[in-house]
Amino acid sequence: MLALQGDFEAHTAILESLGAAAIMVRTPAGLDGLDGLIIPGGESTTIALGIEREGLADPLREFGGPILGTCAGMIVLGREHLGILDISTRRNAFGRQVRSFEVDLDLWGERVRAAFIRAPWVEEVGDGVEVLAEVDGHPIAVIGNNVLAVAFHPEITGETRLHRWLLA
Amino acid sequence: MKDLATFRVKAGLAEMLKGGVIMDVVTAEQACIAEDAGAVAVMALERVPSDIRKFGGVARMSDPSMIEGIQAAVTIPVMAKARIGHFAEAQVLQALEIDYIDESEVLTPADEANHIDKWAFEAPFVCGATNLGEALRRIAEGAAMIRTKGEAGTGNVVEAVRHMRTITGDIRRLAALEENELATAAKDHGAPLELVRTVAAEGKLPVVNFSAGGIATPADAALMMQLGAEGVFVGSGIFKSEDPERTAAAIVEATTHFEDPVRVAGASRGLGAAMPGLEISELDGLIQHR
Repeated sequence: MLALQGDFEAHTAILESLGAAAIMVRTPAGLDGLDGLIIPGGESTTIALGIEREGLADPLREFGGPILGTCAGMIVLGREHLGILDISTRRNAFGRQVRSFEVDLDLWGERVRAAFIRAPWVEEVGDGVEVLAEVDGHPIAVIGNNVLAVAFHPEITGETRLHRWLLA
Repeated sequence: MKDLATFRVKAGLAEMLKGGVIMDVVTAEQACIAEDAGAVAVMALERVPSDIRKFGGVARMSDPSMIEGIQAAVTIPVMAKARIGHFAEAQVLQALEIDYIDESEVLTPADEANHIDKWAFEAPFVCGATNLGEALRRIAEGAAMIRTKGEAGTGNVVEAVRHMRTITGDIRRLAALEENELATAAKDHGAPLELVRTVAAEGKLPVVNFSAGGIATPADAALMMQLGAEGVFVGSGIFKSEDPERTAAAIVEATTHFEDPVRVAGASRGLGAAMPGLEISELDGLIQHR
């Protein structure tokens, strides 16, 4: 779990409920030996600055294992930052906090309650990136290779579907 | 169908701020400095608390044009303060689409008996607290985030420490009680029994709890995080310091690496003078009692 800033404790609670151990990563050495990685929600500018300060950009690009990014995590994975996933995102696309919302999504045939908090959406997807779900006609869940990125917070509504993908 | 502004998305934004630093700013330029240093949010206000303390008079909500200037300058969340009980100021802030409203003792209270009914708003609220009962009363009124009050504008962390230790100590004692002792505990804390039961069961507040009021250095931030804060507000401590850019970045770094003294030492090195501090016993009246 990338734990520079954000709601990594909410993700940890979900992982532990699924029987997995979560390790907090704040420096490049922390990435050694992980089976998967979560880049949590938080403030994307703060997390991106932290990645730069800690020299984590290249180690994250070379990580290789499955990655789940939620909200700020999706932004950080995209072209504007790490470029691990070939997507471009629009920050705060649904508006300021008073426009934040919850909605039911269909993800891989399962109902998922999703919390969108000052959430981004995906503007463009590159080759090899599949759109899994949309809201208001905009992609908000995408997957490419071993990287799953969503604009919402499954960890806030206690949804386990995405974490089960990470652990599978 | 979308459910807008549920309590979960209000409290959820505070979850996204965790492990971060929220900085007081009085101009768009300062807001940009805060954002570039890694602040998770800015608090837009006309005067930082140390100046409110110095100049006296009635401190009110900021001019909307000043708040809008800051909203236009940054992409991180923008918070702003309303006076305690002044629901019309809060309505104005909501109309401006402020991301979090701070019902704040730093401004002059408008109602000495009643706080704002925060359930009536789509915008989330953060409120100050000095102990568990006060925190739970604010949550019962609809607050989606708590911050310990400390003593704003002093650059003296002693009150922030007192309030954080009081809240975490109150929670530990509650968690040790028998179920049939909780009703009396709720009465003693002046808090709703249902929330007291939740805290006793979970061992923590039902919303995020930041520290505020007197944090001036990277080590202050690390101290508050180790005492159980989930993030920090820095008011006068950034822009009343000798080198705001570096002080801001250093406090962000120390808040992330609060458990690593080597990193806190590195962040603290060569920052120049911190903001001037005030001794609490020499103050003329305390803001925290509002």
